[in-house]
Amino acid sequence: MVTLKIDGMKVTVRKLSTVLDAAKKLDIPIPTLCHHPELSPFGGCRLCIVEVQGMARPATACTTIAKEGMIVTTTSPYLEKLRKTILELLLSDHPNDCMVCERAGDCTLQELAYFYNIRENRFVGEKRPFIKKDENPFVERSMEKCILCGQCVRVCDEIQGVGAIDFAYKGFNTRVCASYEKDLNCEFCGQCVAVCPTGALTGKMWAHKGRQKDIEQVDTVCPYCGCGCNLTLHVRRNEIIRVSSKKDTINEGWLCMKGRFGYGFINSDERLTKPLIRTAPKKHSADSGQWTNPPNNPPTPPLAKGGEGGFERGGNGGVDSSLLTPHSSLFREVSWEEALNFVAKRLGEIKERYGADSIGGLSSARCTNEENYLFQKFMRAVIGTNNVDNCVRYCHSSTFAGLASVFGSGAMTNSVPEIENHDVIFVIGSNTTETHPIIGLKMKKAVKNGAELIIADPRRIELVRFAKIWLQHRPGTDVALLNSIMHVIVKEDLIDKKFIEERTEGFESFKQSLAEYTPEEGERITGVPKEDIIKVALLYGNAVRPGIYYTMGITQHSHGTENVYAIANLALMTGNLGRESTGVNPLRGQNNVQGATDMGCIPDFYPGYQKVNIPGIKQKFEMAWGVKLSDKVGLTATEIINAAFKGKLKASYIMGENPVLSDPDVNHTIKALGKLDFLVVQDIFMTETAELADVVLPAACFAEKDGTFTNTARRIQRVRKAVEPPGEAKEDSWIIMELANLFGYKMRYNYIGEVFHEAGKAWPAIAGITYGRIEKIGLQWPCPTLDHPGTLYLFKGGFPRGKAAFSTIRYRPSEELPDNEYPFLLSTGRQLFQYHTGSMTRKIDAINKVSPEAYIEIHPDDAKQLGVNDGDTVKVSSRRGSIDIKVLISERPLKGMTFIPFHFKEAAANVLTSSVLDPIARIPELKVCAVKIEPIHQI
Amino acid sequence: MEKKLEKILKNYVKDECNIISTLQDVQEILGYIPEEAINFLSKKLDIPASRLFGIITFYSQFHLKPRGENIITICRGTACHVNGSERLINRLLIELEIPPGGDTTDDLRFTAEKVNCVGTCSMAPVVIINKRVHGEMTTDKLIKEIKILKGKR
Repeated sequence: MVTLKIDGMKVTVRKLSTVLDAAKKLDIPIPTLCHHPELSPFGGCRLCIVEVQGMARPATACTTIAKEGMIVTTTSPYLEKLRKTILELLLSDHPNDCMVCERAGDCTLQELAYFYNIRENRFVGEKRPFIKKDENPFVERSMEKCILCGQCVRVCDEIQGVGAIDFAYKGFNTRVCASYEKDLNCEFCGQCVAVCPTGALTGKMWAHKGRQKDIEQVDTVCPYCGCGCNLTLHVRRNEIIRVSSKKDTINEGWLCMKGRFGYGFINSDERLTKPLIRTAPKKHSADSGQWTNPPNNPPTPPLAKGGEGGFERGGNGGVDSSLLTPHSSLFREVSWEEALNFVAKRLGEIKERYGADSIGGLSSARCTNEENYLFQKFMRAVIGTNNVDNCVRYCHSSTFAGLASVFGSGAMTNSVPEIENHDVIFVIGSNTTETHPIIGLKMKKAVKNGAELIIADPRRIELVRFAKIWLQHRPGTDVALLNSIMHVIVKEDLIDKKFIEERTEGFESFKQSLAEYTPEEGERITGVPKEDIIKVALLYGNAVRPGIYYTMGITQHSHGTENVYAIANLALMTGNLGRESTGVNPLRGQNNVQGATDMGCIPDFYPGYQKVNIPGIKQKFEMAWGVKLSDKVGLTATEIINAAFKGKLKASYIMGENPVLSDPDVNHTIKALGKLDFLVVQDIFMTETAELADVVLPAACFAEKDGTFTNTARRIQRVRKAVEPPGEAKEDSWIIMELANLFGYKMRYNYIGEVFHEAGKAWPAIAGITYGRIEKIGLQWPCPTLDHPGTLYLFKGGFPRGKAAFSTIRYRPSEELPDNEYPFLLSTGRQLFQYHTGSMTRKIDAINKVSPEAYIEIHPDDAKQLGVNDGDTVKVSSRRGSIDIKVLISERPLKGMTFIPFHFKEAAANVLTSSVLDPIARIPELKVCAVKIEPIHQI
Repeated sequence: MEKKLEKILKNYVKDECNIISTLQDVQEILGYIPEEAINFLSKKLDIPASRLFGIITFYSQFHLKPRGENIITICRGTACHVNGSERLINRLLIELEIPPGGDTTDDLRFTAEKVNCVGTCSMAPVVIINKRVHGEMTTDKLIKEIKILKGKR
């Protein structure tokens, strides 16, 4: 610690702090333009000059290290004169067009000119001309306003790790630009826009939508991935005109392209605005081939919605055209009263005729905790079935089945801010920078802090650039890889004996099972050199604060649960659990998939993971909800589709999900949904699933309602209403409550917080969380009492289930591997720019410009062999169907492996995927199937 | 081109410190630094292309466009200026038919460039033709030299 005197006041700061830091501690304002607390000091703008006793000339506070006994003056007529001159020089080469500048009112340069009262400029001279190169749809670059502070250059390099822009040329001609002064072609995260202190960088889509006047700012949570980034929505006249993020949030103000620029769907013309009832005939039974009119709903003159050709599909995208209804575009707009009465009547009839278990509900990981709570309550208490599930089935049900049975909880053990303090990060089966961009940034920050990054992925993902070791194992061989790593850890005696003894059971027999997985055997199965396996084992085994991160590359396999068990074993044997920055972290793919599962939208658990088939628990909920409940474990999402296909399930209520595109084997899903007697879809857009529905209910999106989301790290954060829903669209909670009331079950809440409170009464782990407590910063469950600070990391004192058990896992190959007929292995997944089935992101023109269409990544050697070039169209077929898709020759995948993102309906990857399920978690094997590729010769 | 670049890279340890020497070698072999070379180096060295571009544009020794086989450098230092370097430049540009704003002939045979001072003021005006310094230059002498160069090949 050093003590210095600034403007006559004493202050003590840590060693190596700058004078600027010290002044900040005293709350003394020093003007800056190039300084950013998260970026390396630059000393470029010279505005922060201060006088230090004993120094001949003024020094920049941002680069001067505070020393013991220093005496600093931050303001004097001399300093102010210098500062004013610097500003005048900056402004002499500035357009001074504040009247029309997008940043007016939020511009540091303008603000300083105001305080220094610079009306006229002494300096008149040459101005730097700029030729605008601005084809990119996100970042508006008015570089004549650039003051060369370099914040954008540093943020792109130091935080984002991309380096898309840098300083070029020198002297007066210095400018910030991309290589060869081209237009930006980067991740479009917009971090540069967020740090720019002038109007040089702004968002294209913000232009002329409003600046500072009449703007209301609403803090809420991002609706995309599970990172749970905090957003601030800028609202003007019921329209969201801009998205920003504050620095004091878990994401430190950083966002990804989707979070920052992906809000256009909210105001999309394609939003559903009125309830719709099907008038078009429905192919009632795909087998009989008969088109039947929907019962109880005689055809009336149809109204096409959404303007001319509103719902016409462009191309079938590999979907068997005989499965599409001839007029699937045609619905009738009706009043809410008619729609809800119709739904209640039909569901009531089906329940009466076939029993409650003939109805299944799919809840939405996009909706709030409150809505998910109400949805499962509706299915359980009103309909009377446990057939309720959410998309966790397709992404992390194996995590849940695996980790919950080993540890007693299936959530991420650590929190997002802890990531930067790991000393070893092991990422397996997760393309983190594309699927969880902000967590990816934290990993890059950890690497900068000295952490060693290990990547295990069959594709050369972006994080590999930052990795110490990259294991490129064959898809589906994770168990063999992990077992051979553990073999080495045992051999090298890097196990934590105390931890194993005190907190686990079954180690000895488990240890025996590892004997056969020598590094040589590991190399044979996985294709990873045995030296690398040994290196990783030593790195992880010797680490002090290691974290394991994984996503769908581990879970979406027919042996997904076994993969998760293997990961749990690795963490248990090394004792790497229950400490800060140490643990096992399954990253959740959607904003609230953690919350939807917590709230009981899964067929075997009530809210808070309380089993439906334990009489005591059932009784508790019967008391709370005032009705008899079913003790039969319900159907999972995958089983709901299969039961519909077999005719066992008669009706389905789908809230905010699009299983047609997200489930494996699209044709099977469409056939199955077509067989239902009654399908209600509640969504914000006419999705591919909604097109098959009997009734479509227009819902409100995240910006149009109040509630909470739970991020991937168990943090419950407030979602706030910023705008009114379009047309007659209603909040999902309102729709569910109205339906329940029509069934004669009273659901009345004065405000949505009461629903959360009710959930808290049912689940003690969130009992201590109230809207008041999470007004500014969210809390992580478990948080049982009102004075509990929330839980940063799990298992500090032990595991909820007592001792954690090792599970003996043997490697078994994936179900469908390449053969002579289908020689390529296909993996599916996400890419950075799009999200899920694209029902939100693909409504945004700007995003479609940078990510317009589907592609299949093929290794250059395979492309050569097939005789295809970049951009050629090929026909990709599996045993289930085929799609036409463009080729992207890429060195990312292994030879013999291909990759297709699943966002695009025109070439739906899930036409090809196999619906083989994991026997325990019922998760489909979306990461491995066999395909063949045939070039299409254009005529 | 990739083979040539691979060969250059073999001479250096993969480290940021070696960028300038690497770029000098690239220019030595290719005559200038084409965009493809930058993209290739960026990928191989894992250094952002924008940073390489920043380095190239910072140093006047690096060139972004192809240069002529013959390089004629005319000094514009004070001594040369008062002794008529401007006249030399204008005459040279006309002789080589270099369009205004440009510095290289269309057939890539000649590049004419100006420098601020080569430091041999006693010999003003000075012209450097293919690394050879010619003092007390006149337009006639200059054209004669150019004609000789044009005649070669």
